[in-house]
Amino acid sequence: MNSPAPTSIPKPAAGGCNDSVIVRERGQREVFCGLTGIVWLHRKLQDAFFLVVGSRTCAHLIQSAAGVMIFAEPRFATAILQERDLAGMADCNEELDRVVNELLARRPEISTLFLVGSCPSEVIKLDLANAAQRLTLSHNGRVRIVNYSGSGIETTFTQGEDNCLKALVPELPGLPESQQSLLVVGTLADVVEDQFVRLFDELGIGPVHFLPPRRATELPPVGPGTRLLLAQPFLGETARALIARGATLLEAPYPFGVEGTLGWLQAAARSFDIGNEQFEAVTAIPAARARRALAHHRDILAGKRISFLPDSQLEIPLARFLQRECGMQPVEVGTPYLDRQMLTSELSLLDSGTRLSEGQHLERQLDRLRSERPDLTVCGLGLANPLEAEGLATKWSIELVFTPIHGFEQAADLAELFCRPLVRRERLRFQTCS
Amino acid sequence: MQLTLWTYEGPPHVGAMRIATSMQGVHYVLHAPQGDTYADLLFTMIERRDRRPPVTYTTFQARDLGGDTANLVISAVREAYERFKPQALLVGESCTAELIQDQPGGLAAGMGLPVPVVPLELPAYSKKENWGASETFYYLVRTLLKDLEPPERVPGSRPRANLLGPSAMGFRVRDNIEEVRRLLDRVGIDVNVVAPEGASPADLLRIPEADFNICLYPEVAQTTCAWLERTFKQPFTRTVPIGVNATCEFLAEIGALSGIQVSSSLSAEDQSRLPWYSRSVDSNYLTGKRVFIFADATHALAAARMASEELGFEVVGLGTYSREFARQVRQAASDLGLEALITDDYLEVEARITEAEPELVLGTQMERHIAKRLGLPCAVISAPFHVQDVPARYSPQMGFEGANVLFDTWVHPLMMGLEEHLLGMFRDDFEFHDGAAPSHLGGGPEANAAARDGNGVKTMADGGAGPAWDHEAERELRKIPFFVRGKARRNTERFACDAGLETITLETLYDAKAHFGR
Repeated sequence: MNSPAPTSIPKPAAGGCNDSVIVRERGQREVFCGLTGIVWLHRKLQDAFFLVVGSRTCAHLIQSAAGVMIFAEPRFATAILQERDLAGMADCNEELDRVVNELLARRPEISTLFLVGSCPSEVIKLDLANAAQRLTLSHNGRVRIVNYSGSGIETTFTQGEDNCLKALVPELPGLPESQQSLLVVGTLADVVEDQFVRLFDELGIGPVHFLPPRRATELPPVGPGTRLLLAQPFLGETARALIARGATLLEAPYPFGVEGTLGWLQAAARSFDIGNEQFEAVTAIPAARARRALAHHRDILAGKRISFLPDSQLEIPLARFLQRECGMQPVEVGTPYLDRQMLTSELSLLDSGTRLSEGQHLERQLDRLRSERPDLTVCGLGLANPLEAEGLATKWSIELVFTPIHGFEQAADLAELFCRPLVRRERLRFQTCS
Repeated sequence: MQLTLWTYEGPPHVGAMRIATSMQGVHYVLHAPQGDTYADLLFTMIERRDRRPPVTYTTFQARDLGGDTANLVISAVREAYERFKPQALLVGESCTAELIQDQPGGLAAGMGLPVPVVPLELPAYSKKENWGASETFYYLVRTLLKDLEPPERVPGSRPRANLLGPSAMGFRVRDNIEEVRRLLDRVGIDVNVVAPEGASPADLLRIPEADFNICLYPEVAQTTCAWLERTFKQPFTRTVPIGVNATCEFLAEIGALSGIQVSSSLSAEDQSRLPWYSRSVDSNYLTGKRVFIFADATHALAAARMASEELGFEVVGLGTYSREFARQVRQAASDLGLEALITDDYLEVEARITEAEPELVLGTQMERHIAKRLGLPCAVISAPFHVQDVPARYSPQMGFEGANVLFDTWVHPLMMGLEEHLLGMFRDDFEFHDGAAPSHLGGGPEANAAARDGNGVKTMADGGAGPAWDHEAERELRKIPFFVRGKARRNTERFACDAGLETITLETLYDAKAHFGR
């Protein structure tokens, strides 16, 4: 890994995966619903509150998915539908108004309230868009109230973030005609956001805005001069809504690993007419540092076989990173759904022999897993311990959305997440008592 | 609609999952949308179970609605039966499926499967997890046993009892079963069936062979025990053996039910260290410690009794989220001169704890959070709990060993007696100061200083209506150790108010101390 840094977008693998046959399955899914996104979105948007309109199951899901509960009073809650709401004894809209008023009285610092739809609210056709308008009016615009759906019948896991950000798109101020800007879309850890700001600044790209912003009152502008760079692969609907407001989508791999980060930054640099020399000058040092940090982990990962069960929607970019930069062999790369428009660059980098699967029939997928026995399986929390008990090493996929993994400085951290279960197995030794 | 931040119980279908997951040879087909599979992680992560819960989810999507969700149920039931070959099948729905009214239980029952099918109707918008567990266990037992004849008892053999109620995600189930088994063995009673934990449908069929039932977790097993009493004339125990006294009563109760003389064979002093530990001089500092208790009904009742009778604490708050058992908790609270807190509103519990200014909180995972915010010591005594409450070591709550464990668990978070005195005398030692956590616990420095020094507590002065503190009195107040400072502040303000004083001086502070001295 001591070769000089390539300065251009990486060459696609022979053929890539754009034309590969994809296994499509239908059956039981072991995936969170879109409500789960609240767990990280409420930490990012520090002046926003998320009110799920749903059932006790929804409340239980969010607190369980969070793994540990947050010690401070959280910036999310559930308005739990009860029998009297469903039996028509109470007017759901009046009830919702009452709950929202109660909430806003308790948390006067909230600037934006998200009404989050759930499976039950959608099945009973509770019109949250209407409710959001009505409530915004009744609070005289003091609070922005928007709605989106995180329901399991409509969304899987990270799609909740897509729906949330898409709901903000109509709220974004316009970017004046004559101006250009770069808009980075997708929740990034604050530390990663700051690193990217520094890199864009050194490249001479600006102004750079982020969606979601750290404060919901500081929404970024969008217009025909907006270049759109996605930080996460699951934001197709948000991207299309921004394109409809004039933004231009920059096609790029996602900033995972050195190669992905280079390709991602390069897409922005090209679009802002930054010369190769300048690009090289800015990226060479951090890219070389990231490669050095990665080398150690590559020794552990190279040659190991890995399977992804469909979950976070990060599976394809991560498989690409692990295959190309860490030398792993993807056995099966499952994804809840495949949004080709968002993954063109990624699919062209992935080795054409990689087996992709879309959707899920859990039992059949586990049958394949058990017969193929990869060295590492990326899966949800419900499956990890049972698979470990069957002798399969696992990596929880939810950690990948809760951990800073984007960019040069985190490339090695990302690889380390996959090393840890393997290293742990190496370390542990138990004698048989006889 | 009910505004909810954290919920003590999950929906009732999670209760049904607890029964299915506890058992062998049972499978549960749940008509539910994507996302409801989150519940698997309760079992595989919090309890570290090494098997997936035996649950098949139909995973319907928006595009299936109005189409053929019913067929999805039928194919899921068929596939689950073919693959897992269970001895009995539970079929039910989660909250969303309840709204689309496919009646999955009825559909499955009509499929002619060669095993008992138990349709579960658990109303998700009015009932909760423990109720769901209780109903599921009851329906399963009733379906399997309803046509059985009460068996003839063979005279001369040792009396036999079933242990009913231990289930997945119940508190300290693994060790409580073991401890109660040992206890029964020592008095000469055999355990016939333990259920649902570890039992198969075939085991459930043997339930009537026991002489009586031990209702170990009433939230889960009381309904079933009552049915077995009516149907098979099996009496059941009413005492849950948590604490030394309750364990003695429990032994007397099973003695009466089995005709065995147990009182002479076991004395509490010989069996548990708690009575001596509690009487030993070191424990003097535990006297009158203010404790707030909030848990499921069984654990709240047991803790209240233990705290007051066996540790000499003062119970300053008692409550439960188990509405089904509210009456018993109200009675226990009233016996202690309190009004019970019956609620599942986390915010209300937090407000009441803040108000009561306890020195120790005994509660659930939620109360641990509240206590942490308020800077109060806390021990978890009941579900809901988190992964750290499923210890690797043997740590039952029931029986005599359970009483030992509880003594340690409750006393450990507290400042030790001598340390408390030293802090009272020398408050300005730079290492051994006021804001420090108990020295045996480490902990972050000053983490909760604001809450600890009573400033986190709303006082009259904050409202502007009450008397004001003068500088000297305020400074003196700071010299009072943090764990009683909030109380001192409150008492002084109340005293000043009652006396019609506008300013609190040094004199007022000591007058109030003399007035309220405990």
